[in-house]
Amino acid sequence: MDYNILIGGAAGQGVETLSSVFEKVLQRNGFKVFSIRDYMSRVRGGHNFVQIRFGDQELFSHADELDGIIALNEETVDLHIGRLKADGFVICDKQVAHADDRVMALPLMEVARRVGNARVSGSAALGAALALLGISATEVEAVYSKIFRPDIARQNAEAVLEGSKLVQPRYNLSLPGDNLSLPKNSLSLPKEGENILINGNQAIALGALAAGCKFYSAYPMTPSTSIMNYLASKMMDAEIVVEQAEDEIAAINMAIGASYAGARAMTGTSGGGFSLMVEGLGLAGMLEVPLVIAEVQRPGPVTGFPTRTEQGDLKFVISASQGEFPRMVIAPRNAEDAFYQTVRAFNLADKYQIPVILLSDQFLADSTVTIKPFDFDGIRHERYITHTVEDKPYKRYKITPTGVSPRVIPGKIPGVTVLVDSDEHDEYGHITESADVRQQMVDKRLRKLEYLKQELQEPWFLGDDDFDVLILAWGSTWGPLAEAVSMLNSGQRTRYAALVFGDVWPLPTKVLVEKAKKAKKIINVEQNATGQLASLVAEVAGIFCDFSVLKYDGRPMSPRYIFEKVREKE
Amino acid sequence: MSNTNYVILETAWCPGCGNFNILEALKNALEILGKKPHEVLIVGGIGQAAKTPQYINTNGFCGLHGRALPAAVGAKMVNKDLTVIVHTGDGDSYGEGGNHFIHNIRRNVDITHFVHDNQIYGLTKGQASPTTDLGHVTEVQVAGNINPPLNPVLLAIALGAGFVARAFSGDKEHLTSIMVEAIKHKGYSLVDILQPCVSFNKVNTFQWYSKRVYKLDESYDPTDKLKAMEKAMEWGDRIPIGIIYREEKPTYCDKIEFLREGPALIDRPVDIQKIKGYLNDFI
Ligand SMILES: Cc1ncc(C[n+]2csc(CCOP(=O)(O)OP(=O)(O)O)c2C)c(N)n1
Ligand code: SF4
Ligand SMILES: [Mg+2]
Repeated sequence: MDYNILIGGAAGQGVETLSSVFEKVLQRNGFKVFSIRDYMSRVRGGHNFVQIRFGDQELFSHADELDGIIALNEETVDLHIGRLKADGFVICDKQVAHADDRVMALPLMEVARRVGNARVSGSAALGAALALLGISATEVEAVYSKIFRPDIARQNAEAVLEGSKLVQPRYNLSLPGDNLSLPKNSLSLPKEGENILINGNQAIALGALAAGCKFYSAYPMTPSTSIMNYLASKMMDAEIVVEQAEDEIAAINMAIGASYAGARAMTGTSGGGFSLMVEGLGLAGMLEVPLVIAEVQRPGPVTGFPTRTEQGDLKFVISASQGEFPRMVIAPRNAEDAFYQTVRAFNLADKYQIPVILLSDQFLADSTVTIKPFDFDGIRHERYITHTVEDKPYKRYKITPTGVSPRVIPGKIPGVTVLVDSDEHDEYGHITESADVRQQMVDKRLRKLEYLKQELQEPWFLGDDDFDVLILAWGSTWGPLAEAVSMLNSGQRTRYAALVFGDVWPLPTKVLVEKAKKAKKIINVEQNATGQLASLVAEVAGIFCDFSVLKYDGRPMSPRYIFEKVREKE
Repeated sequence: MSNTNYVILETAWCPGCGNFNILEALKNALEILGKKPHEVLIVGGIGQAAKTPQYINTNGFCGLHGRALPAAVGAKMVNKDLTVIVHTGDGDSYGEGGNHFIHNIRRNVDITHFVHDNQIYGLTKGQASPTTDLGHVTEVQVAGNINPPLNPVLLAIALGAGFVARAFSGDKEHLTSIMVEAIKHKGYSLVDILQPCVSFNKVNTFQWYSKRVYKLDESYDPTDKLKAMEKAMEWGDRIPIGIIYREEKPTYCDKIEFLREGPALIDRPVDIQKIKGYLNDFI
């Protein structure tokens, strides 16, 4: 079972609220959900939509074909009816005139007026859709009461009920064995077998909290802002400083100051803000201060497409800032990966005293998905902080075989002071002009990169071992690609497999080299215009791709898109 | 008074530079306040002034040009037990870091900011800074500086800073006493320290300052904001030094309950079961 419903309207019409209520109702009825958000960089007007795909099996991606459209305005019908299946439906208000006989023009505004709130017509549409699909609406009120005042929640729930009376059931989609939706109070945790509904940015934020992050400074920038929003909502309870900085330069320097002083610290931004942070990135590298940075990509250069998706910053992020110093870049592949990789990023940043960048994108950031709850019990905080020192005075930059020096937190050991300097420095942190010391220090810092390589996680493998064509991808492309590989392998002679990189810098090459040897053809699938992963793979491993499937129109690739483009190359 | 706790290391400053006295005064102030080296964090940006953390045995953070303030407030927010002092140049804090200067006055984190104001870019060999006087000729401002100088003291008062002072490196004792008051002040405190640069500022010399500065006496009331702004505008033949404006106001940490109460943030354990409870937001 696999259905795909689009909810669309102008900015300000409540598309987002309606969609998240619909998603929650689906989740609480035991469905698996995957939704994408397509919104414009404006507060009023324009066209926004959310595509909610749901079913009884785990979902990793969105789909193009629609089973239903909930249209809050006429434009939504015009723009999307071309993707509606022959037996699909459109729910809209009576005032929307459309000749297509799949369009169900209902008295939604009338319902809203009867309920006494003109803004609840969307809920009437939701009620109609749930009734049509045969999905229980019992959870609706509970969901509304989590986001609205009691009286408004009531009105919306009433509108759902009234809306449901406007149609006859056409599908019967209730799942066997439900309802998982037992009453939930404000403290309850997910029940056995129950899923959480979360997006990529929330997963990063929750991962940061789980990792013990105590300091987050950032400057608002779409699509990274919701990381800050979620952390801010927990600021008082989790006792984490969330500070809106005056600019991204301040944001990263504040976080470095907080980390130097001993807190786990993080900043987050998109490519434009990251451009401003670049000198600060080098500072973390030079001072050897642990730091986690979330870079949530959107199409550039500069302002680009503020609310859309791209994987255009890979080569920038792995080499940003002058000079040579170790860093790690991890591209989370889905929301679950985003959570665990964030925890790992903090541990690796502390262990190697380096900046670690989480390279996400708008598609992952804003897509909500049902997944099993994160395992908090397995989380370890590995701080690598020293409480005694052998050398007097203390050598913050002691030369060691791994390149990692014992780290003391300033103020924590009486008589011991901690000196760090962005100038080239000796083992004590004092400025030096010595050629020998310079060389030793560069070697020391770069040695950390060699040791870091032992920690690398090989890319995820999709498909079977007896493949002909190997697809290479990274980050959030994993979702659509996972489905595309199954589609490609169903009933065709050519067999496909894929490697999807999470750790992208340093780039792990062991499995890559093994698989590439067996491949008759290699194709890179990336959400950018120049094939940045392919070029990195060529540089690091000497492996060249035969074809590229690239998309750079700001809209995420669907499984079908990949399927068709790869087929063309056969 | 002995300075044994705060050993001087060999500096890269020119003989006769005003920075030496500022460093001496800082060490004396810390002695007077009974601060131990490990309890103090000195943060610098980049420049001659900003090298101060290198020359004193406390915790030291020499970051980026212009970016000392953000790093300093980040450190203080998570460890309120540290005494955090920023040393920067006029270019460092009013030019490259001007945005952070403005917004950290608004934040009012409990840190102290000593600006070594030599009215010139020292480290890069003598270009105009934001406080360079009109007409000052440099290798870049070849026809003389045409942009009027910024008045940091006036600006800080206008932005709502709770402690604003001007001092002169040539009067070490007075400077020390102002530094002590500034460090004791709860919240952001600024001391703009007039500092001759013997190598690159041949206009605002030791004699130039000595002839002009005068100390504010008891008759001056630093709590009257409008009078203070007037005083801050005095520049030219007579330049007032001393505490120009002071006002008690809640600090950043005072305004956030969990920072105000209890131990420093870095000394608190993470309650992972509490964080796990946030899963409730997603069901
Ligand atoms: C991003 C950046 N830009 C420029 C410089 C070069 N630079 C170093 S110090 C300095 C100005 C120093 O003037 P000031 O801050 O007044 O300090 P002073 O040396 O006079 O004490 C400049 C422009 C730098 N280090 N970093
Ligand atoms: S250049 Fe000027 S500020 Fe720098 S040490 Fe020499 S005299 Fe002092
Ligand atoms: Mg200067």
